[in-house]
Amino acid sequence: MQDDTIAAISTAPGGSGIGIVRISGPDALHVGDRVFVSPGGKKKLADQMSHTVHYGYIRDEGKTVDEVLVSLFLAPKSFTMEDTVEINCHGGIYATRRVLETVLKNGARPAEPGEFTKRAFLNGRIDLSQAESVIDVIQAKNEYALQSSVSRLKGSLSRKVNDLREQILYETAFIESALDDPEHYSLDGYPEQLKIRTEELLRVVDSLILSADNGRIIKEGIQTVILGRPNAGKSSLLNVLAGEDRAIVTDIAGTTRDTLEETISLGGITLNIIDTAGIRSTEDCIERIGVNKAREKAESADLILYVVDASAPMDENDEEILELLDGKKTIVLLNKTDLPSVVTKEEVRSFTGERFPITEISAKEETGIDTLESLLKEMFYQGELTFNDEVIISSARQKSELVLASESLKKVLESIALGLPEDFYSIDLMDAYAALGRVIGKEVGEDLVNEIFGRFCMGK
Amino acid sequence: MSLVEEFVDVVVVGAGHAGCEAALACARLGMKTVIFTVSVDSIALMPCNPNIGGSSKGHLVRELDALGGEMGKNIDKTFIQSKMLNRSKGPAVHSLRAQADKADYSRSMRQVLEQTENLMIRQLEVTDLLVEDGTLVGVKTYSGSVYHCKAAILCSGTYSKARCIYGDVSMHTGPNGLAAANYLTDSMCSLGIEMRRFKTGTPARIAGWSIDYSKMEEQKGDERVVPFSFTTDPESVQKEQVSCWLTYTNETTHEIIRKNIDRSPLFSGQIEGTGPRYCPSIEDKVVKFADKTRHQVFVEPEGLHTNEMYLSGMSSSLPEDVQIAMYRSVPGLEHAQIVKNAYAIEYDCIDARQLKLSLEFKKISGLYSAGQFNGSSGYEEAAAQGLIAGINAARQIQGKEPLILDRSEAYIGVLIDDLVTKENTEPYRMMTSRAEYRLLLRQDNADQRLTEKGYEIGLINEERYQKLLRKKEQIASEIERVEHTFVGDRPQVQELLRTYNSTELKSSICLGELIRRPELSYDILADIDAARPELPEDVRTEVNISIKYKGYLERQLKQVEQFKKLESKRIPENFDYDQISGLRLEAQQKLSKYRPASIGQASRIAGVSPADISVLLIHLK
Repeated sequence: MQDDTIAAISTAPGGSGIGIVRISGPDALHVGDRVFVSPGGKKKLADQMSHTVHYGYIRDEGKTVDEVLVSLFLAPKSFTMEDTVEINCHGGIYATRRVLETVLKNGARPAEPGEFTKRAFLNGRIDLSQAESVIDVIQAKNEYALQSSVSRLKGSLSRKVNDLREQILYETAFIESALDDPEHYSLDGYPEQLKIRTEELLRVVDSLILSADNGRIIKEGIQTVILGRPNAGKSSLLNVLAGEDRAIVTDIAGTTRDTLEETISLGGITLNIIDTAGIRSTEDCIERIGVNKAREKAESADLILYVVDASAPMDENDEEILELLDGKKTIVLLNKTDLPSVVTKEEVRSFTGERFPITEISAKEETGIDTLESLLKEMFYQGELTFNDEVIISSARQKSELVLASESLKKVLESIALGLPEDFYSIDLMDAYAALGRVIGKEVGEDLVNEIFGRFCMGK
Repeated sequence: MSLVEEFVDVVVVGAGHAGCEAALACARLGMKTVIFTVSVDSIALMPCNPNIGGSSKGHLVRELDALGGEMGKNIDKTFIQSKMLNRSKGPAVHSLRAQADKADYSRSMRQVLEQTENLMIRQLEVTDLLVEDGTLVGVKTYSGSVYHCKAAILCSGTYSKARCIYGDVSMHTGPNGLAAANYLTDSMCSLGIEMRRFKTGTPARIAGWSIDYSKMEEQKGDERVVPFSFTTDPESVQKEQVSCWLTYTNETTHEIIRKNIDRSPLFSGQIEGTGPRYCPSIEDKVVKFADKTRHQVFVEPEGLHTNEMYLSGMSSSLPEDVQIAMYRSVPGLEHAQIVKNAYAIEYDCIDARQLKLSLEFKKISGLYSAGQFNGSSGYEEAAAQGLIAGINAARQIQGKEPLILDRSEAYIGVLIDDLVTKENTEPYRMMTSRAEYRLLLRQDNADQRLTEKGYEIGLINEERYQKLLRKKEQIASEIERVEHTFVGDRPQVQELLRTYNSTELKSSICLGELIRRPELSYDILADIDAARPELPEDVRTEVNISIKYKGYLERQLKQVEQFKKLESKRIPENFDYDQISGLRLEAQQKLSKYRPASIGQASRIAGVSPADISVLLIHLK
């Protein structure tokens, strides 16, 4: 499949103000020309030499998206050995993403995880000894993309997508049942019904695309998990950061049984904060589920806020938490400084070692939050704290799948309007079904056949 | 005691629909072939429904015919009613279905077999497969005779360790009371072939004189019959047809079933095999679709020389007394006399993932299998596999590459790819929804897709091939002409458009554009198309479809192009998946076990992810 053209953001988002959108493939220059406008308006990228840089704008339907520098690398003198266009964007994460979307709208498809590297290899740019690392990249990124992009989808979105898919599958199965057993199921009058239902489906899909435009489709931001032993004040911290009472706070250890999520902005940085159940060995089975969930969340976190109760001695539960911090960016928060202190900063440092910054706060009195904020900023702008670029790429991919689903549903309506036979509808319906499946990481497999037999009484 | 010893090229085990096609293909390709059957009277037997074709199955028969198979010709000779299903739908789902005179069908096929050069028929049970160093070298029969051969094709259908059951009656027989084949399974197991058990069933046969047809709806055949075979003269099949009849079950029927459901061997656990969901027994339907107040029952003749009627839609394994009561609760069947009881049948078959796409066993060179034995269901599915297995056995002996049709070329390709690639937990039936590129895989263009291949293989003669080339030429040049013929706003044109409620012309337009209007067609425009040549009906049909659905057809062609890329990336047969880092464990295990032939096939194995495919691509570079 190497003759299509792919695109992705190829810089880690966050740290730097410049983001690069890379386009690679036989059509890269043409895609570039469709989105790029030079100040004079006449320059064509396709006419330019390799290894040149061009100043101009990215335009989407007449509107300027960003001011950019475009670098050209013609085949075979590029990383992928294909024609490559790199757009250097200056407008931060949001603008970079908008540039990518514009590129995707104009003939490129979103790159799969590790696909540039894969092409570089397949085209002979990288030698065989490097193959292993390529594979690792592909597998790791895929796993991350699957895990993170799907898990970061807002619950309501995946519910909506599932719901849409169920309806589409049902309609398709009905048509197919009637085609398979025409003496049993009749399609008389069905196109009119399908038209109404498809219009409704389309309305929902389009509203999802709109919400994706507004950046609400996926929880972008730094996946931040609050850890600590029971009653250390994790929920209070979440409430302070969120500025409202999101979590129930009591003096009883083990109050938070499930994980709670909140998106907040701290010093201009978006955090997806997840409050977890306190880590302790427990006999309560509901609480234990919560504890296990906390562990899972910690594993995929970009940042951990480890809350230590300064008013009580550290214990074996803290030991356990310490293990979860291995290899993770962490800020240790010494909480409850409003109470008589039992644990000092020095004791915590000797416990955790030198690797993590430690700061004192009082969630109850809301003090120390500003220090936390500046610590965060420092880590972020020094590039210590990033979130995986796959999230942004996945979100672009998810959006482009929604657009495909929308187009397929429009084709269904078109076919109905043209009076095409019913078997044509199910082709586009299944295309929409497959595209929506890719949004939530599901494959089509035998779904249709199962639905036909499950819902309709078939056979003689 | 001296034992009989024979030397042949190919042994075919079983003379059902798969076996007949396999044996005919081999013999016609010059192989000295022997076909074994437990009874010569059961050659090409139709032990269940009395029809050939139907939705998507009709496609299989047309494709089989286009490649040089026999089923299409044989049903054209012996049908007693014919219908083109889905005529009001798109051309891709038009499907032929014909009622057969079962006895005639069987007799006629037996005659063809008898008259084919290089083909011997033997009424004997094959009990052992003789394998040396992973290669099949012969078979042994119940009598002890040995047939040395270069290839064998197993088409034993539902006969292996078959058991027929209704109520608490259980008989160790094959379908229709014929002897089961009880030894082959053990021989296969000892060769390391994994067996499984499937189940299917058939309804009762009722004496025609006991049926009151006045309470049923008559179902007639088409006025103009379309033959199955591309070689059959359409005029030769316009004949007197018999009718089928439609009636319905009712709440009384369902009540009888519900009350006795505990006596069904399916519900009591007596039957262990997995049954098909598309052909459920009536008790299954009543339980699973409890909200339905009635189910269709088609009453279909078994032939012209018997008055036995087949009760389509009411297969069952309930006890005899319950069967009588439930059938008699159906309008028109109040006095029904059962000739043959309904029964469920359980049989041994294989998980076809042990086969290559050529239908040869991966582990045993020269051993092929086809038909229900491979876990499929239906006469047509069986025949299609039989033909391919036969062709490939012969080609292997000739030292040629196997014939493998892919999913974009034929329903036969979809069928075999599904069988040998995917996990099937029930007898597999063809459906049009299984074909991704069904707009291209139409029953009307099966000859254009496949007859050239049949010719190259040697099953299609020169005359038929030349005829096909002429037809293709005619279609192409007529499409070209129509797309470049312009009509203006002449009064005659406007009047024709008015007649068909079509928007009148404001300027000149090409005929193709008019044909693409839903309310118009190629034939309708004849009067305003003065330069039109005289063309046969099948050519006109192709021209119309190709022009009318051009947009959709082009879209599917593009998808096929993408599909072909992954299909053409072959994986070496001895590829060592254990040496590949980066494959997930599940993928590694599945790939090692099923050994796909191409990256495309690998991608269809459950448990192999797109990332695994990327990894494979890198390693195969």
